Amino acid sequence: MSSQWPLWEVFTQKRSGLPFEHAGSVHAPDKELALQNARDVYSRRNEATCIWVVPSEMIVSSTPDDMGSFFEPSNDKIYRHPNFYKTPGANFE
Amino acid sequence: MQAISEQEREAQFQAKIDRGEIIEAKDWMPERYRKQLIRMMSQHAHSEVVGMLPEGNWITRAPSLRRKAVLLAKVQDEGGHGLYIYCGTETLGISREQMLDDLLSGKAKYSSIFNYPTLTWADIGAIGWLVDGAAIINQTALAKCSYGPYARAMVRICKEENFHHKQGYEILATLMRGTAEQKAMAQDAMNRWWWPSLMMFGPSDANSPNSDELMRWKVKRYSNDELRTRFVDRTVPQAENIGLKVPDADLKYNEQTRSYEFGEINWEEFFNVIKGNGICNKERLMARKKAHAEGAWVREAAEAYAKKKATKNAAA
Ligand SMILES: [Fe+2]
Ligand SMILES: [Fe+2]
Repeated sequence: MSSQWPLWEVFTQKRSGLPFEHAGSVHAPDKELALQNARDVYSRRNEATCIWVVPSEMIVSSTPDDMGSFFEPSNDKIYRHPNFYKTPGANFE
Repeated sequence: MQAISEQEREAQFQAKIDRGEIIEAKDWMPERYRKQLIRMMSQHAHSEVVGMLPEGNWITRAPSLRRKAVLLAKVQDEGGHGLYIYCGTETLGISREQMLDDLLSGKAKYSSIFNYPTLTWADIGAIGWLVDGAAIINQTALAKCSYGPYARAMVRICKEENFHHKQGYEILATLMRGTAEQKAMAQDAMNRWWWPSLMMFGPSDANSPNSDELMRWKVKRYSNDELRTRFVDRTVPQAENIGLKVPDADLKYNEQTRSYEFGEINWEEFFNVIKGNGICNKERLMARKKAHAEGAWVREAAEAYAKKKATKNAAA
């Protein structure tokens, strides 16, 4: 049995102007086939106007164990939110 | 960080599920949760892929160009469904290669419905309407399951199934407006596919050993019998609408429960097909093996081409 082709993560953009979203993954030997496989698997009904493929091993992710400490620095900075501020009587809507 | 016991971790995991949170690939999960999901998801993926065979059998003999184009697109979708679910299963730490090996060696199971033969064109209608109809009910429930990658694959699949379901019904509806022979052909397909479709929901609740655990983990959200009844309630009026008879003498509508009661399923047949003694078990596996072997040169060529290009680029 031949070896397994590398895994690529697929991101699709539904319409221009929208952010790219993770759709899933495909196996492919190179980037061209990764792109073609991604199109065949994740956009058979015009679900995408643009597709990114990224070798899965290139993706660096935080881990669930980091959750607490890694994101902690943003926890105590409520002054980054507009509702932290008192603006008596003024209309900011 | 404080070390916590396995038991505490499991309790935290269960609490998370009870709160309705979704489990993602990198989250901690009990080994058994992982194992059960790998089993369910890989079986599901295999079913999509093997499911291409009975329908593929009719692509060259579809009665018109329109039907042929539709059937091709439908069968291609099923291949896509297999790929969505395989990639979801890989997030649990099993390789694609391993799953394929398990399928081809006969170790892995797939839905027993695909071990029945497609004898006439009406069978293609019956598969789309009944088999995909049952799949929609199962998959809509799974779209709310606790494992994120599985749930997301189901959302994607459910969007595509409605076309499968309706094209099948259209085939039967057309035959039922045709000659006496065509009507008989449609009814015959109904007679052969009805009961196996009911079996697609799995053993009855009393006989379903994994159910409790899977319900507690919210992998399953409804019991096999609940989903089966939902299917019957939805499908019987559609059958009546085109004049097809449901091949069940015990079928009757219960005004109080507003639901159908139906006859006993032949569980002996069900377990027999699962054990590998269905009409097409051997044929299906052989076809998969043949396709895999005959595709080897394509995989090798693509790999060689990728390697050649990589060395060229490195030299440039
Ligand atoms: Fe499918
Ligand atoms: Fe389908």
